[in-house]
Amino acid sequence: MQINRILVYGIGNPGRRDDGLGPKLVSLIETEGIENVDCDSNYQLNIEDALTCSHYDAVVFVDASETTAPPFEFKELEPAREIAFTTHELSPASVLALTEELYARRPRAWMLAVRGYEWELAEGLSPRAEINLSAALAFLADWVDQGRSKTL
Amino acid sequence: MGRKITIEPVTRVEGHGKVTIHLDDRGKVTQSRFHIVEFRGFERFVQGRPYWEAPVLVQRLCGICPVSHHLAAAKAMDVIVGAGPEKLTPTAEKMRRLMHYGQMLQSHALHFFHLASPDLLFGMDADPAIRNIVGVALEHRDLAVQGVMLRKFGQEIILATAGKKIHGTGAIPGGINKNLTIEERDSFLKGPAPLNADTMIEWAQGALDLFKAFHKDHKDLVDGFAPFPSNHLSLVRKDGALDFYHGVLRAVDSEGRKVLDDVDYQDYLKYIGEEVRSWSYMKFPYLRSLGKADGWYRVGPLARLNTCDFIPSPHAQKEFELYKAYTDGKPNNMSLHTHWARLIELLHSAEVIRELLNDKDLQGDKLVRRGKRRPEGVGLVEAPRGTLFHHYRVDDNDQIAMANLIVSTTNNNEPMNRAVNWVAENMISEKPEITEGMLNRVEVAIRAYDPCLSCATHAVGKMPLVVEMYDSRKNLVDRKCK
Repeated sequence: MQINRILVYGIGNPGRRDDGLGPKLVSLIETEGIENVDCDSNYQLNIEDALTCSHYDAVVFVDASETTAPPFEFKELEPAREIAFTTHELSPASVLALTEELYARRPRAWMLAVRGYEWELAEGLSPRAEINLSAALAFLADWVDQGRSKTL
Repeated sequence: MGRKITIEPVTRVEGHGKVTIHLDDRGKVTQSRFHIVEFRGFERFVQGRPYWEAPVLVQRLCGICPVSHHLAAAKAMDVIVGAGPEKLTPTAEKMRRLMHYGQMLQSHALHFFHLASPDLLFGMDADPAIRNIVGVALEHRDLAVQGVMLRKFGQEIILATAGKKIHGTGAIPGGINKNLTIEERDSFLKGPAPLNADTMIEWAQGALDLFKAFHKDHKDLVDGFAPFPSNHLSLVRKDGALDFYHGVLRAVDSEGRKVLDDVDYQDYLKYIGEEVRSWSYMKFPYLRSLGKADGWYRVGPLARLNTCDFIPSPHAQKEFELYKAYTDGKPNNMSLHTHWARLIELLHSAEVIRELLNDKDLQGDKLVRRGKRRPEGVGLVEAPRGTLFHHYRVDDNDQIAMANLIVSTTNNNEPMNRAVNWVAENMISEKPEITEGMLNRVEVAIRAYDPCLSCATHAVGKMPLVVEMYDSRKNLVDRKCK
């Protein structure tokens, strides 16, 4: 499919060190101001994000990971049903499933998981996370550029 | 051979909790506990920061109810700048109320549609592949869409009053930094359906009617699931009305006798103690007058409707009267009736939002008041999950020297343990096999309180739900992950 409108969605809390990788990357993309790319971020995903996602051809979720191989991993996501224990969390796959069921839209979606290391209550990324952030940002900018020029 | 079952219901950075149920050789429950296994640290996070930053900083605690922390901290800072707790301008107080009731609307809607409705619509033993929010979307599309839009409406109210979707800056020490424009007001009052106040009231009533119909057909389940007597605590307005934003502290016992009789929350330390237990990092608050053993209490929707005398909005008051009649006016101690109470509060929130939107004070231009600077202040609000305490001391350099937070989930620590214990003893004890449905009932008991482990523990957690079984020698004999 031709990707016309892309949403880059950062997930995480900047008040918990490297958990802020997603919002930080999104703020950098926002500063760049890439054509046809919208940005959003929040501490967690939630049900109203299904409506947001329904407006896009493609969605890239950017999240910190404490297990992925550094500097980052990038993989396509499929909608999936999952049981919730709390209102405080909804997975990207569940959001996509809601988008499909409620709004009959199925944007292609990817997860950009950036490796983080420090999670305590403090602001600012760890030095190693900063390095991973730079690599992920360069990759994403290039990927978006490719997405505009050809089908993905 | 004795066994230990461990359930680790955790979310991404929302703290880390688990349930352990100890069984003896015959499978009889000998002990059950809801543990918090991380440590507190947020109070230290704000120490040394300028006091005026607190209302923004504390929103780092939680992405679901940041407005509660924003407003509780702002109310404490009102006291510190000599403008609180009842000296705000009408515009400032009503803007904050609109923000808060917008949050209550979106949070209560989220809880019902996301967490409670799958269990109610599909049953606690239903296939987990169906028993989830996506299953609700598939089978009850209109209901799911209403859930999304109710939450979105609440979020838009927060955006208009706090200035941002997350990390709002609307409430500042002594007041508010913006009013509501006519255009913003009209978009909420007269906006195209469904995003207007009238539709929100209609949908809130619909959700409540859905619960009542379910209750009518499943009385044994709803009334009989984890009932236990407790004390109940909340803010109430000075005339006894339900009030989420401001009031006096009231506590009643399981029979409705007043334990705290409308006291000033600035003196909360006189009335509330916090017990530390070796097996949990989350404290156990209690009413000092009743002592540690008997002074524990519930907070949240169930508690609020047990402490207040009436609800100051017409539709919710009518529902409140039906609700109270069900227990002959006595306090309601049935855990799943928390959902009923929450939906009455959802309806009340929608009504209050419409009433506030029609109030011309929201377009006023007197936004901030200041008075004599004080070194200490306490701010309380009724957050969606219950009473939230923020207490700060500020030094002569305007830096926060001390912070003490008692969040709703901490207030509900003992009740959640009691609820888990009820399920363990009544649903799991002496059963030959532990089924997914049984374990789901443990979660249902905790879900009624929707604990925010981020607020309660301030720490990083893990994702999956893990169930581990140990024999009497502490050997792992079974482990399941969701």
